[in-house]
Amino acid sequence: MNLTLKIWRQQNAKAPGAFATYQVQGVTPDMSFLEMLDLLNENLQAKGEPPVAFEHDCREGICGACGFLINGVAHGGRRGTTVCQLSMRFFRDGDSVTLEPWRARAFPVLRDLAVDRSPFDRIIQAGGFITAPTGGAPEANNILVPKDSAETAFDAAACIGCGACVAACPNAAAMLFTAAKVTHLNSLPQGQPQRDRRTLSMVAAMSDELFGSCTNHGECEAVCPKKIPIEFIGKMNRDLIRATFHHRGD
Amino acid sequence: MLESKIPSGPIEKKWEKARFDFKLVNPANRRKHSVIIVGSGLAGAAAAASLAQQGYQVDCFCFQDSPRRAHSIAAQGGINAAKNYRNDGDSIFRLFYDTVKGGDFRAREGNVYRLAQLSVNIIDQCVAQGVPFAREYGGLLDTRSFGGVQVSRTFYARGQTGQQLLLGAYQALEEQEAAGSVKMHPRSEMLDLVLVNGKARGIITRNLVTGAIDSYAADVVVLATGGYGNVFYLSTNAKGSNATAIWRAHRRGALFGNPCFTQIHPTCIPVSSEHQSKLTLMSESLRNDGRVWVPKKKGDTRPPSQIPEDERDYYLERRYPSFGNLVPRDVASRAAKEVCDEGRGVGPGGQGVYLDFADAIRRMGEAQVREKYGNLFDMYEEITGENAYKVPMRIYPAVHYTMGGLWVDYNLMSTIPGLFVAGEANFSDHGANRLGASALMQGLADGYFILPYTLPNYIASTQLEKVDTSHPAFAATKEEVAKRVATMVNVRGKRSVDSFHKELGKMMWENCGMARSEQGLKINLERIPALREEFWKSVNIVGTGEELNQSLEKAGRVADFLELGELMCLDALQRRESCGGHFRVESQTPEGEALRDDEHFSYVSAWEWKGEGGQWELHQEPLTFEYVHLAQRSYK
Repeated sequence: MNLTLKIWRQQNAKAPGAFATYQVQGVTPDMSFLEMLDLLNENLQAKGEPPVAFEHDCREGICGACGFLINGVAHGGRRGTTVCQLSMRFFRDGDSVTLEPWRARAFPVLRDLAVDRSPFDRIIQAGGFITAPTGGAPEANNILVPKDSAETAFDAAACIGCGACVAACPNAAAMLFTAAKVTHLNSLPQGQPQRDRRTLSMVAAMSDELFGSCTNHGECEAVCPKKIPIEFIGKMNRDLIRATFHHRGD
Repeated sequence: MLESKIPSGPIEKKWEKARFDFKLVNPANRRKHSVIIVGSGLAGAAAAASLAQQGYQVDCFCFQDSPRRAHSIAAQGGINAAKNYRNDGDSIFRLFYDTVKGGDFRAREGNVYRLAQLSVNIIDQCVAQGVPFAREYGGLLDTRSFGGVQVSRTFYARGQTGQQLLLGAYQALEEQEAAGSVKMHPRSEMLDLVLVNGKARGIITRNLVTGAIDSYAADVVVLATGGYGNVFYLSTNAKGSNATAIWRAHRRGALFGNPCFTQIHPTCIPVSSEHQSKLTLMSESLRNDGRVWVPKKKGDTRPPSQIPEDERDYYLERRYPSFGNLVPRDVASRAAKEVCDEGRGVGPGGQGVYLDFADAIRRMGEAQVREKYGNLFDMYEEITGENAYKVPMRIYPAVHYTMGGLWVDYNLMSTIPGLFVAGEANFSDHGANRLGASALMQGLADGYFILPYTLPNYIASTQLEKVDTSHPAFAATKEEVAKRVATMVNVRGKRSVDSFHKELGKMMWENCGMARSEQGLKINLERIPALREEFWKSVNIVGTGEELNQSLEKAGRVADFLELGELMCLDALQRRESCGGHFRVESQTPEGEALRDDEHFSYVSAWEWKGEGGQWELHQEPLTFEYVHLAQRSYK
């Protein structure tokens, strides 16, 4: 099949960007979306034009490196799928497809479809951990974790940090990302000692990094490739209120 | 030249003895010492966090945009530990024995025993960090049996154990970064190692956003940069996984151990076309209930449902009646290749075999199969568009892991003083074949529990003169790196980087993959240098070195694969025995099974770089076995 691609091209963070249109021919249904871009890039380079920069690494939906908007939808709109897992058999000959990078003030464009997501690392630095220096851990089975808590923690910990939730949110909020980590750690017995401090400082880091606030649109949940539920934002808000009361004299 | 430094004494006391003999660094002095760690996967992140907690100043580098993306994240199955929570006869000694045997007796006993000992501490550490392992209803940890072993010693977090363990290490790393004891350098690729007076004292990196070539100095350098399976172009590795850091160190004097030892995983989704960019692993657990078969007739193109039972060849069950579909990875992989080479493969291109769940569905019902393997069936359908509840899956072996890597002693130090190597990047613990669920164990053992002892011992017992990046060695190495980058960019030829990579990958897969012959290897040894020469004459990189340039990044890695591939073939050529993950055509039993040759090849091969153009010298580290009884594996 043949496709028309409209792709955001921007040489670096400071340069102005614009859409460029390309034709790509000979796309087969067994290709992945990124393999289709590989093909485009081979063609571009053969003509001496710079290839389209896009992030990718594992190409099996777990590293979280890939991600851009396809026709305005993060990761292309197939439920629970990252761009790297998106198959070309969902496209038709003659389709016109628009690709643009995550759009968020906190995620400046580095080049073409690649953006800087380092604010996510800084949110984790604010409290997305359990302090357990190597060597001091007790025997593993001395900590009992109810199966339900372990399941909830895992559902939240499945987040791959791709940034789709931010890109989909009209407020460019990082609530789903942050809530996923807060829920993971706050659901576990090991996470209790730092529960309040973690919640307060991760929420604070979120706004320091220029992310917006949640106004319950639910777009984040719809595009999340790991199907992280929006209920976790509710859990985080509850923990935030709890922590604020505990620390109201501070 | 090769001193393994295995401590004396009984095997269960060696590590304890070593730890007591190690010199310590006074807590007040630790902050004066700096450590460079390249790579932020399980080994790198665990080491960075642990050393920072002790008080050392750590600089950690990764080429990805965040340390959380290292390819450890993609490991599915689980992590072994000799906890014996199941009361089923497991022990440290049994895990040690299984690992040495699984590696087909080509690993050091002392190292493997330590790994088995540390396995229990790893689980404790990860649970304390909040890794959400699977649990029983009573709240205790759940385990399962994995990779055909007889005991349930594998801990897991659904099918994403690697992700959860990596996030645990990443979070510990981020905590240390917040505390100011680790400085993380993402989007930075190490392009060379800097030696001062024969010791590793720093690295040269390229900033992948700006293209700036930078120098960093430290007292010690750790490489934890993963494996080199991408030399085959198609593998289960991430697209960015590469050998550049270890290869540059090899060229600076670090010996390369067992380069030809590659693991081929039997259950991957087959290649569908020339455009394919990577291979996706399907968990090995599928072989517990799926039956592997191909048509008896060559070139049989009927759909599987129309091939009657008596015209199917369940070749694993036929050849290996006692293990059947659960034979180890290397045996299953090789058997699949053989039936495809006979012209009985299925699917496009004939490079695939069926993994059929029809019997399992009849036996336990579709609902139960869905409960056990639902996510894998979904993933398969997402990629291939086929419903494996209705038609058999198609699978084919793919390159998955490299047991070879830089040679290290018991303390994980390479032949360059001050250069330590951890995780998949070293050659140490898996011999000629790695057991399932052991990669995560080794990465974390190296990072959390071995380097934090051996590296301070080096610092405490070595005269480390003050060195910073103003030392002339840094300027000289930096100049070489800048020149190499510029030369590559300025070739301005006609062939794309990927086309070179694909051509190399095909050669490696054909002649240095599952089965190797003297003839095939010699063909490669002629063709690889020619391809390398062509690369430097006609590679096409658009753009410059002073910008974000992904083609340039790839080109640098492929240039190194073009050298490493040659060494792998040389190593495979000298090892005239079938062992572990590889089959040497000239060394087989009358029944066509792998024949190991302990008399001549019970050693680690360690190659020394002797200059450009395929010059290496082979050193041998003999392997002796005091505790494990050498035996030919048999799965008949």
